[in-house]
Amino acid sequence: MGSGTSTQHHFAFQNAEKAFKAAALIQRWYRRYVARLEMRRRCTWSIFQSIEYAGQQDQVKLHDFFSYLVDHFTPSSHNERDFLNRMFTEERFPQDSEMDKCSDYECIEVPDTYTGPRLSFPLLPDHATALVEAFRLKQQLHARYVLNLLYETRKHLAQLPNITRVSTCYSEEITVCGDLHGQLDDLIFIFYKNGLPSPERAYVFNGDFVDRGKDSVEILLILFAFMLVYPKEFHLNRGNHEDHMVNLRGHDGRKLELEGSWSSNPGTAELDVGIPIRLLGSRYGFTKEVMYKYKYNLFQIHGKKILRTLQDVFRWLPLATVIDEKVLILHGGVSDRTDLELLAKLDRHKIISTMRYTARKESEKQAEAKKKDDQASCAQRPTPWFLPQSRSLPSSPFRLGSVPKSPKASRSCSIPCSSPLGRQELSRQVRRSVDLELERCWRQAGFPAVGEAEEPLSPVYKDLEAGELPAATREEWRQVVDILWSDPMAQEGCKANTVRGGGCYFGPDVTEALLQKYNLQLLIRSHECKPEGYEFCHNRKVLTIFSASNYYEVGSNRGAYVKLGPALTPHIVQYQANKATHMLTMRQRISRVEQSALKALREKLFAHSSDLLSEFKKRDTEKTGLISLGDWAAALESVLRLGLPWRMLRPQLVSSAVGNALEYKSWLDNLAKEQLSRENIQSSLLETLYRNRSNLETIFRIIDSDRSGFISLDEFRQTWKLFSSHMNVDITDDCICDLARSIDFNKDGHIDINEFLEAFRLVERSCSEGSASDGSPGTDAAGSGPGRLGAP
Amino acid sequence: MADDREGTVAELQKKIKEAFEVFDRESNNTVDVREIGTIVRSLGCCPSEGELHDLIAEVEEEEPTGYIRYEKFLPVMTKVLLEKRYRPIPEDVLLRAFEALDPAKRGFLTKEELIKYMTEEGEPFSQEEMEEMLAATIDPETNAIHYKDYITTMMIDDS
Repeated sequence: MGSGTSTQHHFAFQNAEKAFKAAALIQRWYRRYVARLEMRRRCTWSIFQSIEYAGQQDQVKLHDFFSYLVDHFTPSSHNERDFLNRMFTEERFPQDSEMDKCSDYECIEVPDTYTGPRLSFPLLPDHATALVEAFRLKQQLHARYVLNLLYETRKHLAQLPNITRVSTCYSEEITVCGDLHGQLDDLIFIFYKNGLPSPERAYVFNGDFVDRGKDSVEILLILFAFMLVYPKEFHLNRGNHEDHMVNLRGHDGRKLELEGSWSSNPGTAELDVGIPIRLLGSRYGFTKEVMYKYKYNLFQIHGKKILRTLQDVFRWLPLATVIDEKVLILHGGVSDRTDLELLAKLDRHKIISTMRYTARKESEKQAEAKKKDDQASCAQRPTPWFLPQSRSLPSSPFRLGSVPKSPKASRSCSIPCSSPLGRQELSRQVRRSVDLELERCWRQAGFPAVGEAEEPLSPVYKDLEAGELPAATREEWRQVVDILWSDPMAQEGCKANTVRGGGCYFGPDVTEALLQKYNLQLLIRSHECKPEGYEFCHNRKVLTIFSASNYYEVGSNRGAYVKLGPALTPHIVQYQANKATHMLTMRQRISRVEQSALKALREKLFAHSSDLLSEFKKRDTEKTGLISLGDWAAALESVLRLGLPWRMLRPQLVSSAVGNALEYKSWLDNLAKEQLSRENIQSSLLETLYRNRSNLETIFRIIDSDRSGFISLDEFRQTWKLFSSHMNVDITDDCICDLARSIDFNKDGHIDINEFLEAFRLVERSCSEGSASDGSPGTDAAGSGPGRLGAP
Repeated sequence: MADDREGTVAELQKKIKEAFEVFDRESNNTVDVREIGTIVRSLGCCPSEGELHDLIAEVEEEEPTGYIRYEKFLPVMTKVLLEKRYRPIPEDVLLRAFEALDPAKRGFLTKEELIKYMTEEGEPFSQEEMEEMLAATIDPETNAIHYKDYITTMMIDDS
């Protein structure tokens, strides 16, 4: 009996021990699984961010290129001058007195068949609410009302100060929202969850209302409407995207595809309201959205008018808001030289775009002043990125080439400082080699060689007629750039924001100094996407608030807004305007976002195939066709410069490695196969186009200054030549001609930009549909497409 | 041979650096101590919680600051990887673990059983961990986890 019991005990003990060990094993394994998911999530985030910022850099580079040409090129013929003018005219639509007359919209007739909202002015709260409802139901506001609203908006904005001062005495609570980027779901959700604007419920929207999402127009209209209805309680700040030059850009490589349709449940108290709206896949620049939504006969008149007015409205947006003299709200950030007094006094309407500084007109007196200015500031003039000595990426337009480092040199070009002789000499050299380079390019592009230009004479400035007030000073412009583009960083100090290409990175000491100087207690800013929709930093003195949820992809991040009461304690509310995500497990959510990120990354890799191949070959000294995975990672980083954890990503990008060795050529071929399906396009050409498509689009839009939607073959060829030689793209003349001809589908000597881009979309779409269909495209749901690229 | 080994160490250290940098939010070569587990596990290791605590003790400052510096982390982690410590768990071993909890050999565990084992035995889960695992594993119709299928799915996902 005794031994029986002890055996039983023994077994019981063994079983218990077994259970314990088994459980421990399962837990151990599971925790590892979760950790790996978390790592994947972080890597995915890095991918999206780095691609987004690289895209921004591209745009800045392009802009720099054009700016540089304008500053240094003297056209020697009438044609060249015209060509340049058309390319570089800052003001897309020249100022005319008609802008002040209201005749523009009054003559637009609204047909009886129009069932959308009708506005009358002065606007009433009901009108604004009706707008929200109408847009929720996917209606579109007629161009006449749009223009009317915009004129009223501009009138209202023009009498506002640069810095809006708000008090919690009037409305007890103030809600601050960050970037919306055309994502209407999020705006509607905020109003649903937080309540519509009212005298008791004040709102501040902190910029970046447009671009990327598909409903930028609707968001603007809603925001402007509420501002007109509740002028004391509803406030807007300008963001870096409220800028027609930024809007010109096509896209940033992100794709957003959500399924479903809208249905709201006002009866429930559910936190998550939105079943997501279908966003038209891919690339939305705000300009494109307006032109698409407001086409009117062949000439897109309404779209143009709207854009022209908006260009002006954006410039009239206030720059910042202050609550109770204690909380400063602005879009980007600050720098160590941010001067709120100067910002309050300057004429903000003169800041046309933060992408490029428009200098004063060259008159005799001013030329004199400029010479002095030049000598003082030439050392600070950024080394153009396309010069040989500055080819090392990532280069910033603000980086000082090879000027010896000094504390000032590491900041974004700001204070023109008196320069020692050495710098002058250096800059003279720089300008000389730049001029030579320029000459070479223009020769290549088919323009006759130009003589050395000591002094830039820019005919493009003829827009500023004599008698007009001078443009903003460089200092004023920089102050605005700083507050619209800067990002906080953890380290102390203030340095040039090389990632964005504008503004700076500012440290906790800069924040502290600024808050002390102006007796403030908190800085609220936006401008950066955060996984939780918000983030505190700098000892909780800086709050980033970002209101576009699922910004990169469904499930990528939450949105948030912050409420402030009289005590000015921030209270954050988060949301994610997509019910579907809540039903997915963490694994599925991450997996989905990850797939999207990897796709974008693979596209980028493909676009750099030739460069990658030569890097691989360099490291394959024995010419075995193989390289180690370490070399693979190093090669990728040296070409793409995205700062991504390539070794962590390797399992997702490389399936074919055997041991530690990768057959790089076949890896590249596989990448290409994924992206291509058109045998009749040379893969290298397509690769180049892919890489530069957003820039191409921008160039097209710049050339197509009258927005006819057409550019001539010749213009395309010349521009592409110029562009490609500076972007270090190797394309023969024949190739360019072939390309131009193949894009000209109806053979009339003109390229329809939209068709070109549409063709691109078709290429992409059939690529993503896989190579299952043996390269017989063009018959998909798009219906009447322009036909295959390259087909006769 | 020596070259090989150096090459391997160099490559390992690059991996460690990458993983560390993913969590180095302030770009100042430190990470929050609470992220160390994630970093270690994503480098291929599968330590128990106890083993993890020991590792953290090795890389912490004398006066714990809540942050781990890269300089301290690198040598320790290099050693861990070279010694191939904390090996991952093979599929068949995991299967046997589940089977040990299912002596009747039904092929599944009920939701209640899973909760009991995971929160009372071994190195118990937190409530959050438990909820997440349930969401991902329990078949809503049978309210049970069919562990053989589950393991197969997870292993594919994990590769």
